[in-house]
Amino acid sequence: MRKILEIIADLTPDVTQSGAEAYIVPRDKFNAAAKALKNEGVRLAAEWASDDTPFGEGFSVYAAYSAPKGYLVIRSKVPLEDQTFPSIVKKFTAARRFERQIHSLMGLTPINNPDLRPWIKHEDWPAGACPLRKTFDAREKLPRVEGSYGWARAEGEGVYEIAVGPVHAGVIEPGHFRFQSVGEDIINLETRFGYVHKGIEKRFEEMSWIEASRLAGRVSGDSTVAHQLAYCRAVEAAAGIRVPERAHWIRALMVEIERLANHLNDIGAISNDTAFSFLLYQFSILREKVLRASFEAFGHRLMMDRIVPGGVNSDLDGRAAKAILETIDNVSVEFERLVRIYEENPSVEDRVFGTGVLTPETATEIGAVGFVARSSGVRMDCRVDAPFPPYNRLSPRVTVLSSGDVHARTWVRIEEARESMRLVRGILEGMPAGPVSVSFSALEACSSGFSAVEGWRGEIIYWVQAGPDGSINRCMVRDPSSVNWLSIERAIKGNIVPDFPLCNKSFNQSYSGNDL
Amino acid sequence: MLRILSQILRTGVVTEPLPPAEESRITVAGAGLEEEVTRRFKRSVTVRYVDAGSCNACELEASAMNNPVYDCERFGIHLSASPRFADILLVSGPVARNMEVALKRTYAAMPEPKLVVAVGDCGYNGGIFGCSYASLGSVGNVIPVDVYVHGCPPRPSDIINGILKAVRRDL
Repeated sequence: MRKILEIIADLTPDVTQSGAEAYIVPRDKFNAAAKALKNEGVRLAAEWASDDTPFGEGFSVYAAYSAPKGYLVIRSKVPLEDQTFPSIVKKFTAARRFERQIHSLMGLTPINNPDLRPWIKHEDWPAGACPLRKTFDAREKLPRVEGSYGWARAEGEGVYEIAVGPVHAGVIEPGHFRFQSVGEDIINLETRFGYVHKGIEKRFEEMSWIEASRLAGRVSGDSTVAHQLAYCRAVEAAAGIRVPERAHWIRALMVEIERLANHLNDIGAISNDTAFSFLLYQFSILREKVLRASFEAFGHRLMMDRIVPGGVNSDLDGRAAKAILETIDNVSVEFERLVRIYEENPSVEDRVFGTGVLTPETATEIGAVGFVARSSGVRMDCRVDAPFPPYNRLSPRVTVLSSGDVHARTWVRIEEARESMRLVRGILEGMPAGPVSVSFSALEACSSGFSAVEGWRGEIIYWVQAGPDGSINRCMVRDPSSVNWLSIERAIKGNIVPDFPLCNKSFNQSYSGNDL
Repeated sequence: MLRILSQILRTGVVTEPLPPAEESRITVAGAGLEEEVTRRFKRSVTVRYVDAGSCNACELEASAMNNPVYDCERFGIHLSASPRFADILLVSGPVARNMEVALKRTYAAMPEPKLVVAVGDCGYNGGIFGCSYASLGSVGNVIPVDVYVHGCPPRPSDIINGILKAVRRDL
């Protein structure tokens, strides 16, 4: 990290930030900083903007990089009279959608970004509607205007287009996929989202810090625990609170149970998309058992609203611990039987091997995270790379495969489900006694906090900023889906149309987490 | 193959042994529903699901409705891939502005008579997202709703109950 910092000239430490190393660079060096970091092999984790007019300033643009020993946040101030910043897309592919989003929702223009089509915002929004600006009233009713979206086109003999969505055939979230195909072969896929945009980031700014934790738990319902943890860790970093040891352990317990429940669900669902519905039903029974244990232990099947700023609001008694342990014992035995069936079924094998390949090069280029990255040879896991209690004591085993196909993504999740069951046992065994929360009152004016948590999909990032009165001025959410959705576009090329549902399920990214 | 058969035999029927509280909820709902569905919809009711802006927690529980433990098909509830065959539209979420058109079109594509069940607290009043530039709040603000199912998210048995209520209401 030191070496990286020496390379970038004109760095000033940003003393308002906690949770990551943070520096301010002059706006014209924002790009040079990106270049220097790119040369060091650092990954761009997030890029966002804040409206600093309540502080009597203009805007700020931020880039968070994942460096070998923790995160680095580079901030540049953007004056009101020239609302632009130098684009970093030439260095980082992930910046494409981040910058489109900044342009669409905050109204700052990235200079030299070739693609400024609206993102999240749809073409029927009035021009100049930038909801993340302080001048924009969240209650404003936006009229629908005429507009069009510049889709990528392909022409030639035998080329045809298939448009899918936003409403899909299954019980899943809405999004639009547009394929250009020749015969059954997909030559290009373009995804377009934003359908479930509910104005979450804007909504945060109307809430108290405590209440907002409930909103964080509804960014992506399947990752409710990990999102609430990431939000609370960012707030706690900004507030300088130390959470009691036992609360850390209960939080990790819930994160691992959530990971297990989702992996069980998806391993079955992937098998179902190879027409092997037997495993879907079998795995969904196991998932149901886990959800019921969660209900028994925490009073909610998905464990929503148990993590709050300062700790957890639900302690674990002996009866609850026993219920979880018994379920894990039962599920792990059944799980191994089912994995054996998955492994030995030639018709599943035929569909999952070599399908939807995301190469290690592409995964690195787009900055993929989570199990998607680990299935394509990229070793990264926040639980190991940026550990917090109790992960620093439990040392989770990270599984990495390099083939990047549907099978790799399934197998990494099988190994992670096993590992989560081991961690749950370890947590229940080693859980310290003591209080489960400390009081949380308020944040100091202008303080901000950064956090990264490994949810079941991968790295979730939150960044919160208190305004001059200590209330929420900005809460930036980066679900793993915001970067990982790019991978399906890349992985699907050269596959056949009927394999798309299988490929998509193997990535299983969140629409709500992406659209916010 | 032998492993599959042995797993099937070992699993047996899991639809029965539910915890007592859940069991009574589900069978009362299920038996009532079966009767209504048989009488009114010629033995099955076809349901189309639309997420109009939810956080996806409601989808998880609606999918669970179809797992072997709840097995909604035993009551004649069948999930359909198209609104063209649907008797009931299950809608979750506050209605996102960007989904308003798609939701209205899905509703319009259903044949008469049709029923709408809004799933979850957000579908009732916008939930934590409320009404804003991006969220139109309640499903009832966009299409006519017959039954609201409360919960965040509602349990699978609550959703089955909501479908029963909708079928009964339309007498």
